Parts: sequence; structure tokens; C-alpha cells
Amino acid sequence: MANLATDFVGIKSPNPFWLASAPPTDKEYNVRRAFEAGWGGVVWKTLGLDPHIVNVNGPRYGAVWGADRRLLGLNNIELITDRPLDVNLREIKAVKRDYPDRAMVVSLMVPCEEDAWKTILPLVEDTGADGIELNFGCPHGMSERGMGSAVGQVPEYIEMVARWCKQHTRMPVIVKLTPNITDIRYPARAAKAGGADAVSLINTVSSITSVNLDTMSPEPMIDGKGSHGGYCGPAVKPIALNMVAEIARDAETAGLPISGIGGVTTWRDAAEFLALGAGNVQVCTAAMTYGFKVVQEMISGLSEWMDEKGYTSVAEVSGRAVPNVTDWQYLNLNYVAKARIDQDSCIKCGRCFAACEDTSHQAISMSPDRVFEVIDEECVACNLCVNVCPVEGCITMEPLAAGEIDKRTGRPVDPNYANWTTHPNNPGAVKAAE
Amino acid sequence: MSNTPLTPGVVAGRLSPEEYDRNFGDAYPPLDEHEALVAADRCYFCHDAPCIAACPTEIDIPLFIRQIQTGMPQAAGRTIFDQNILGGMCARVCPTETLCEGACVREAAEGKPVKIGQLQRFATDTVMAKDAHPFRRAPATGRVIAVVGAGPAGLACAHRLAMHGHDVVVMDGRDKPGGLNEYGIATYKTPGGFAQAEVEWLLRIGGITVKTGVRLGRELALAELREDHDAVFLGIGLAGVNALRAEGEAHDHVHDAVDFIADLRQATDKRRIAVGRRVVVIGGGMTAVDAAVQAKLLGAEHVTMVYRRTRERMGASAHEQLHAVSKGVQIITGAAPVRILGDGAVTGVEFAYTAEGKQGLTTAGESFVVPADQVFKAIGQKLEAAPGGLDLDGAKIAVTGPGRTSLAGVWAGGDCAIGGDDLTVTAVKEGRDAAEDIHATLMGAATVAAQ
Repeated sequence: MANLATDFVGIKSPNPFWLASAPPTDKEYNVRRAFEAGWGGVVWKTLGLDPHIVNVNGPRYGAVWGADRRLLGLNNIELITDRPLDVNLREIKAVKRDYPDRAMVVSLMVPCEEDAWKTILPLVEDTGADGIELNFGCPHGMSERGMGSAVGQVPEYIEMVARWCKQHTRMPVIVKLTPNITDIRYPARAAKAGGADAVSLINTVSSITSVNLDTMSPEPMIDGKGSHGGYCGPAVKPIALNMVAEIARDAETAGLPISGIGGVTTWRDAAEFLALGAGNVQVCTAAMTYGFKVVQEMISGLSEWMDEKGYTSVAEVSGRAVPNVTDWQYLNLNYVAKARIDQDSCIKCGRCFAACEDTSHQAISMSPDRVFEVIDEECVACNLCVNVCPVEGCITMEPLAAGEIDKRTGRPVDPNYANWTTHPNNPGAVKAAE
Repeated sequence: MSNTPLTPGVVAGRLSPEEYDRNFGDAYPPLDEHEALVAADRCYFCHDAPCIAACPTEIDIPLFIRQIQTGMPQAAGRTIFDQNILGGMCARVCPTETLCEGACVREAAEGKPVKIGQLQRFATDTVMAKDAHPFRRAPATGRVIAVVGAGPAGLACAHRLAMHGHDVVVMDGRDKPGGLNEYGIATYKTPGGFAQAEVEWLLRIGGITVKTGVRLGRELALAELREDHDAVFLGIGLAGVNALRAEGEAHDHVHDAVDFIADLRQATDKRRIAVGRRVVVIGGGMTAVDAAVQAKLLGAEHVTMVYRRTRERMGASAHEQLHAVSKGVQIITGAAPVRILGDGAVTGVEFAYTAEGKQGLTTAGESFVVPADQVFKAIGQKLEAAPGGLDLDGAKIAVTGPGRTSLAGVWAGGDCAIGGDDLTVTAVKEGRDAAEDIHATLMGAATVAAQ
């Protein structure tokens, strides 16, 4: 069986699955249950300075569902821990003492003043925690007070605070990034410049999940009003994957350890984050939806997959897909594929036809007895039919071999790689190497 | 009463009151809201959906299921009723496994179709529970149309005509309107007086007068109806039953299954309906199944259904056959009745094995006897007392297009007309389409097109 043990910036854990800083890691009771269930580590819910903050006393979460009410996205307006600092510190110490093999990272958020950080860091260090994560991501509530994403949106602040932390503690410093920014590379570069050991991302996305059409208030609604919250869960995974990849392939931040966060629900999601450069993953919504036991599927799935592929360590997986993430302009324009419909597995729902006929390229024909076939002369291989087909594997995109005629253009498939940078339609095209 | 399923002869009260209530309650209880949402989530919203094509009334099924999905069951109901005003009854009695659900792509994908019938019931029940009829009449046209027969075809026709602003007089020979919906369907498929409630709800469109206890050929004459009305629609069903043409048919406790089913439907207290200890049902259609299953539900110890051809040829769907078997009915196929045995009261039925060959069905000679103290004949119904002057096609009224008969101004639909297939939903379609044709004819095509 593959060894899932990880060493992330010197923090060891038996597997790469950590619980993210969030409601599931707010208390000793929860964290002990998590460790008993098999989680490799936790990032304790964000601590602040006393007096502790208060939360709303109405709903804290809103949701988006898919078919059969499967939770696809969760939004929260909960703030950082609402318990006294000393209670949290005491509990962190007790849990770490009892679970020395698990990663114990403590999330922190205090005002942007050096003294505030100087005050809290030794207190955390005293618990025996393995590291700290700077919460520069929370998009709601705390940001109005100049913390959370208010810091994360200003690279200079990130760099400054990261530097303070590195000066005032021996613990590894992970900077948690907000996605509520135009280009994720800037805060990542700032974190690195400040000396941070790693970044973790993404924090939640600013969001309103729904509107109550009776009361005309956003959900979750507190006494008739709603406030934007932070969106997470499977729905944000694509956003997170891209941001992780952006940092992993940026020349300035390449090699900076990344803890991947954002909609990790299964072993496969975790493997994808790893492949795009993460050294481990953090999970919250999946645990909040299904309970701590989900980690068992993640551990066994990842392990099984690694065995199948012959990977012996998580580090071996980490970053393997990064070289294949590129800019659009470098995509091979001579690569030609066509949709293929497997008639044996087709259930004749016609969704591919509707999608193609109404919204795409009229490249699927429909016979009176509901046989759906691809018209190669029209098919641009857009993949929409694959995406809307309810039967996995029924429609596939098959590349044409070099030399084969693309019936759409009437031209043979060129075996050579050629991209937009050299395309004659590109006004800024550079001439092929002379 | 101290009778049990083992009590010899034909007696009532074989079961406890609780058993009767359970047996004749809703066989397929309605979906609650959660169940409906879960079921609706399975619909793929197919393009040019096969389920629509499989529905004789062409209800836009993907649309109504999506409307349920998005929390608008009343809009879903409206989508259904637009095409099929008896969508509530059809949701209960349609052989969905051979129609919409049989065509559902999830039947192909997983062998488990979307529960279209039950979702339709959810939507139509939601609409019918509201204290308002969802359709309004067009301005009055001053035309009056006679509809003979208050079954599914007649009611669908009447409602559509009323919607278009015509006045309608619906006439029926029985005491209550509803036709087979009221008299011909197993009790457990439509309990709680649903058939009458549906008729009352349908009539709330206004402009429809119902006259019961009047029959064509007795109180009514087609010639007079034509004279007194702008058009006539005949939805008179098949009132006659086929004879067995087997010796001994006159013995006591040998009945037509349709009468047994009608009596059961009308009985407020099922305990008073007598049933044999050993019951034989002759026939292989829905009527035979409804009689056999209900005989079992009344407490008969042995119920045997005997059909002369193979199982595949049975009129009852595979689902219905399975239902019968699950209730303890034994099904024998490939045997035809030779004679009904008895001395006064029936004691058994002698059957001969059959073989299907080039000469049709032949009996091979070997025979057997099924003991019985009650026999139900369910070998088909036939048109009775077709008014003179109408061309027939075989044993049914000949029609062309949307129910036009050989007489000007007279339309026909449902089981009495050629094309009918003994299904409520087909009768509704024929009644509806005849109404549209009557409307177009009376108003002139141009006027209709301009509307």
C-alpha cells in the first residue's frame, strides 16, 4: 500500500488530509473525533485576541444544491472562534499532547499591528502546535474590521505580516490566501517575499447563495437582512484548482509549498490538487456534509490509485500535472478531435442533440428512431455533448491521427505542433524560427 | 360474521374489517413532496422525449416534471391538463409501464424509469386540491353539442367544447357519470371516490349539463339528437359482453366480470360482497386481472385466471400480471373453457389445452378441471345497440380523422369507435380531438385559425 505520510514544511502527518480551519476544528471535542476518524491533521479554527468576537444568533449557512439535494456549495457568515483565547489554547495543547503524530496547525487573525502578532505567537507556540496559518482570507465580517481578506487583498500587508510572524516565531508560517482578488499570483509572491513557508488556498469566495423571494432577503437571512458570506464546497473546486496551478507554475513562486483547499470531497479531488502542485489538502465542506468518516474513503481511494499508478509517496504525485498547465496561446492548433457516440451505451435521451443543435454547431444528427450520430463535417470537438450526456463514457472525444482528413476543413491533420503564436491570423504572430 | 377464506360456497365477510380496508385502500399511495422531488430529479429532460411520444395524449412530461422540480406543481398540473383533462385518473390507471415509463430512457439506462405516473398524480392532485378550476371558457358561441356517454371520451370532449365556449349536454345511461372510470376500474386503483370528484371538478368549467339514466336507443334517438343540437359526439363505450359459448354458462354463480367490478366499486361496504372460496376467472385482459385480484382481496382462498393463448398475448400488461401473481392469483395460459360444470350452482370449469397454429387456436384434446364455486367471464366487451345509419368497421363505429362518423355532424370516440384500445388515456385523446374538430367545423376553419 502506498505510503500517504507527508511532510509539509516540516509538519508531519500520517496522510495528506487535513481539516481546514473552520467550524469542524473549533473545539477539542470535534478535533478529537476527527483524529479518531483518521484525519491526518487539523488547522484549528482561527484564533483572535480577547475579547473574543461574537457570532450572529440566526442562520450562519446558506447552500446550493444539485439533483437529489446533493450539497454543491455552502456559504457561511460565521466569524473566527467565538470562544476565549485561553480556552482554545488549553484545548490545543491537550489534543496535541494526546495525538503527537497528527499535524496541529493553528489559524490566526489579529489586527495588522506588529504588537498584536508578537503577543499571540508565543502563546500558540507554547501549546506545542506544529505551525500557524495566517487567515488572510475570510471575506465576511472580519474584513470589515481590517482583517481577513482586507489584508489578503493587499500584497504589501501580506508581506509585512508574514515577515513579522517569521521574526517572532520558530513555527512554520502558512499564509492562507483569499480568492477574492484579480490575480492570485500577487498575494502568493508577497507571502513568499515575506518569508512565508507555504501558502494555502483558497479561502471562501464572496457570495450570496440565494434570495428568499417571500421576504426579499438574501439567504442566510438574519432578521430580514442578509450579508455576503464565503462560498465553498464542490462548486468552488475549479476556481481553486486554477489558482493553485497559477501559483505552482509562476516562475516567482515555483516550488513554494501549497496546501490545496476548495471543494475537496473525494480522493480524486485530492489527487487533482496534488497533481497541480499542492503538497497536501485541506477539507471542510465534505466533512460538514457527511461527517468525519469521509476521510476513510479519501485515504483508501488515494492509496489504491497511487498503488495502481505505481506512486509510492504523496510527494511523487505532487506537481505532476503542472508542466501540462499552459497558456491558451501555446495549445496545439493542429490537434484535431471528433466526438464519437457509443451506440451500445447510448440511452437515446437526445440531450447531445439538443445541446449541439440549439447552442452549438449542428454536428449531431437524429434519426426518426432516435439514433444520434456525429456529423464530422460540422463537429469542432467542443465537448459540449460529452458534458451534457448523462451516461459516462458514452460520448468521447477521439483525436484524429496525423494525416487523417478532417472532414470539417477537408485538410489532413498536420503532424506538427503549431500554436497561435505562429498562426497567420494572429496579427502579432512571430515568424517561425528562421 | 364468522366466515373465513375457507368457508365453502359463495359468501360475504370472509375477512376482518381491517383487512378489507387495507385491501381496498390506495394500492399505490401518493408521493409526498419529498418523494416527488427525489423522483423528479431523475428526469433527464430529454430532447423530443420518447415518453411524450408514448403518451396517447402527448403530455409534455419533461416539462411538467421540471415544473415539479422547480417547486411549481400547480404549473405542472396545468401542463398535464392542457393535454389531458382526466390526467388525474390517467395517473392512477394508465399502464405506464407500457406507455410513458416504458419509453423512459432511464428504463434503458438502469431498468428503472422515472416515476412519471406517480409524479403526474402528485401534480394533478395539487391542482385539484385547490378550490379553483384552472381553465376558463371562451366567450359563448351559442352552439349546443350533445355528448352521449359520460365516460372518459365524452367527458374529455365535453370539457374541451365547453372551453371553446360551446354549451354541452352530456347524457349517460348509468346513475352516475364517469363511465368505466366509475364502474370499470378496480377499487384499489382509484379509491376515495376519486372518479366522481374528478367529474365534479371537470364540470366546474361550466357550460356542461349532465343527464343520467338516459340511454341511446331507449330514451334517446340519434336522429332527434342531431336535430336538436349543432353536433353530436358518441362516446358510448362497449356496453355488451361477449358470451363464452361454452356449455353450462347458465349455472348459478357464473357472472360477467364487468358486473362484479362495477358492483364492488359501488359497494360502500366491501364486507357485503359475496365471493367464492374457489374462483375461476376466464380471460386475460385488464378486466380479468381486476376481477381476479379483487376476488382474492375479498378473501377467496383460490383464484385462478385462465387464458386461452400464451402469456405474451395477454391483454393485461406484464406489470398487471405480476400484480395479480403477487396477490396470490394463479395464472394458467394456453387453455380454453370447454364447459362449466355443476348442478344448479357451478362446481368447476373444464378446460382444454390449446395450441396456436396456422388454423388459429385449436384444442389438443387433453383437458383438465379447475374446481370453482364462482366463475367470472372476462373475454371482452362489444358494442351494443349502435344507432342505425352509422357505418361500422367490424364491430365498432367507423370513424375517419378525429372521430368523424359516416353521418354529418356526428363524431365518435373512445372504445365504441374504431381505433379505441380500451385505455382511458386513448379515450381522452379521442374525445379531445373530436372536440377540436367539432369546434373547427362549427366555427369555420378561418374563425378557429384567427383565434
